[in-house]
Amino acid sequence: MPVTTYREALRSAMAEEMERDESVVLIGEDIGVYGGTHLVTDGLLERFGPKRVIDTPISEGGFTGAAIGMAMMGMRPIVEMMTWNFSFQAADQIIQNAAKIHYFSGGQASVPLVIRGPNGGGVQLSAQHTHSLEGFYGHFPGLKVVSPVTPHDAKGMMIAAIRDPNPVIFLEAGALYGTKGEVPEGEYTVPFGQARIAREGTDVTLIAYGRQVNLLLRVAERLANEEKIEAEVIDLRSIRPFDEKTIVESVKKTNRAVVVQEQWRWFSVASEVAAILQEQAFDYLDAPVERVSGAEVPAPYARNLEQAAFPSEQQVIEAVRRVTYRARGA
Amino acid sequence: MATTRGSAKKRRADGPGDTNPDGVPVLERRDTEKLVGYYRQMVIIRLFEEASQRAFRQGKVGGYLHVYIGQEAVATGFLDAHRPGDKVITAYRDHAHALLLGSTPREVMAELFGKATGLVKGKGGSMHLFDVKNDMMGGYGIVGGHIPLGVGMAYALRYQGTDNIVQLYLGDGAINNGAFHEAANLAGLWGRDGMNPCLFIVENNQYGMGTSVERATAMTDLARKFDSYGIEHEKVDGMDLEAVMECAHRVAARVRETGKPYAVEAITYRIAPHGAADFLERYRTKEEVRKWRERDPIGLLERKLIDYGVEEERLEAIRAEAKEVVDDAVRFADESPEPPLEELYTDVYAEESVDASREASAARR
Ligand SMILES: Cc1ncc(C[n+]2csc(CCOP(=O)(O)OP(=O)(O)O)c2C)c(N)n1
Ligand SMILES: [Mg+2]
Repeated sequence: MPVTTYREALRSAMAEEMERDESVVLIGEDIGVYGGTHLVTDGLLERFGPKRVIDTPISEGGFTGAAIGMAMMGMRPIVEMMTWNFSFQAADQIIQNAAKIHYFSGGQASVPLVIRGPNGGGVQLSAQHTHSLEGFYGHFPGLKVVSPVTPHDAKGMMIAAIRDPNPVIFLEAGALYGTKGEVPEGEYTVPFGQARIAREGTDVTLIAYGRQVNLLLRVAERLANEEKIEAEVIDLRSIRPFDEKTIVESVKKTNRAVVVQEQWRWFSVASEVAAILQEQAFDYLDAPVERVSGAEVPAPYARNLEQAAFPSEQQVIEAVRRVTYRARGA
Repeated sequence: MATTRGSAKKRRADGPGDTNPDGVPVLERRDTEKLVGYYRQMVIIRLFEEASQRAFRQGKVGGYLHVYIGQEAVATGFLDAHRPGDKVITAYRDHAHALLLGSTPREVMAELFGKATGLVKGKGGSMHLFDVKNDMMGGYGIVGGHIPLGVGMAYALRYQGTDNIVQLYLGDGAINNGAFHEAANLAGLWGRDGMNPCLFIVENNQYGMGTSVERATAMTDLARKFDSYGIEHEKVDGMDLEAVMECAHRVAARVRETGKPYAVEAITYRIAPHGAADFLERYRTKEEVRKWRERDPIGLLERKLIDYGVEEERLEAIRAEAKEVVDDAVRFADESPEPPLEELYTDVYAEESVDASREASAARR
């Protein structure tokens, strides 16, 4: 299988769908002439022309709303948020229009729209440019929310998103555009609402999505080598719809769970996972579900503070020790 | 240690002699010494920005870094009309504004390095310089987001009974953002009752990232956008310090006098790439950059000063001294400690109302 980057995987998904379906267009800031701030759309203006690769001014509310209008007319726009931090300026359009039009039109109108861009922190962008918005957008019925971490899933989920008749919030792992992985050529979809078992194990279930999955895979190796703990790692991939079955089945096997996320803990994905597990696997749990989350502060700038604000391998290992009752001194 | 602070103080002490019969302050006669002082500040800003770019490449500065190279005359000229208690607010390209208002090169550089000694204790970085005691009400990272704040500050200044004004800086890109249009409309509306002493300064550096003004709006006369909101306006050559200073004094006095907003479009150029991480510049030609460089604001001022009889050796000495100021700032930033980890959890909520600016304006009354 060919190996490509996360960035190229996204690009080829969009390009292939644009070849296949004339109604697919790209819209966003600096996606054409500039090549895309993260080069995801690089070369697509040359290939598809300015009617289909639409550079916009800095008007997130305006062009996101316009894309919703295009979608209601049967086009399939893909909006690039230069970063998801700017989507708050478009949040009114996304939440008040895109998420609800199908419902309040009694099913007469629909919004087949993808909004994509990098999400999450880790490169010292500080408070206004560091957000993980899975929980935020996941809150609203009518939106679908996905967060792939491998190049394989990036492509398969992008194609699925473009073909979906609903608005899809596509949260890319901004820090991982350059990472490589096997990506099949040609079209395939990764359906929403199916978690992926990234590593099998028997002693504890570690759950995350986005770039924290990679952190969990590193932790799992360390646990296996250093503490003889075999961790199962689950990559949720899709936040809404949500695959309850895979996490419940895993916990029935391991009896313990640690959920890891970069976003803040209050009202978050990890809180939802913990609630689902206590509802559906209560009798199987040998320890309370642990949540490892971002510090409850706006993101700081200084490198040491930012590192301290995000989940670390050490924090996850300590949580695993607690749920397996191997905490030091315990 | 030499800092920009001394001359910032001097600049603010513009006496009553600087007014014409209508009470409008003007630069009556050319004050060459003042211009030499500003030459020094603009050189410090330039060298500061170049040093910060180097530090970025060395990995000592993280995040986004947007430098002011090419635009120095704009903030330098407008802040010449700054009076204590006036408020200044801008976006993320904010180093020069802070330095000109009196933040020291040491504390600004330390902020870029994410150190405990930084202007905001390492918490905000390059994009979020605040120095409330010096009237710097912040740098902001979301395009357009700060514009309504500036309009609200202007209302507050009148509400609190001062004759201060707000200098609200924004980019050519930001003018297409919804926040601008809502805020400008409010400013015009409130200005009818003399409740909005807000001086909008549009820094038209020709690009918002890779998008030129022509590619961002069908109405490329940015000053005229203010017509829609009943706000009067003009343009100024943002590369020519003297032109900017003349304009600044005239319009600041008018805003101060009337409590009505006013807008100036400063025509300038971002000589540096948009951000320190940008190297592909497919959206503009080398030739275009070269042409603008001929009107580099520092070179332009240098030539004028020589015309006015300032000796080249003196300028040379100023450049050498400016380099020392900046080298010292880099050394200071490098050697400063990281913020203590406890700092992560402080400043999330205010404990008591610490409103320095309010206290300051109360004291003046
Ligand atoms: C709402 C929003 N959208 C996009 C961005 C990304 N961005 C940062 S600076 C910038 C260009 C702004 O241009 P302009 O207002 O002309 O200011 P300049 O950078 O030229 O000083 C863009 C698009 C942002 N910070 N905020
Ligand atoms: Mg600009």
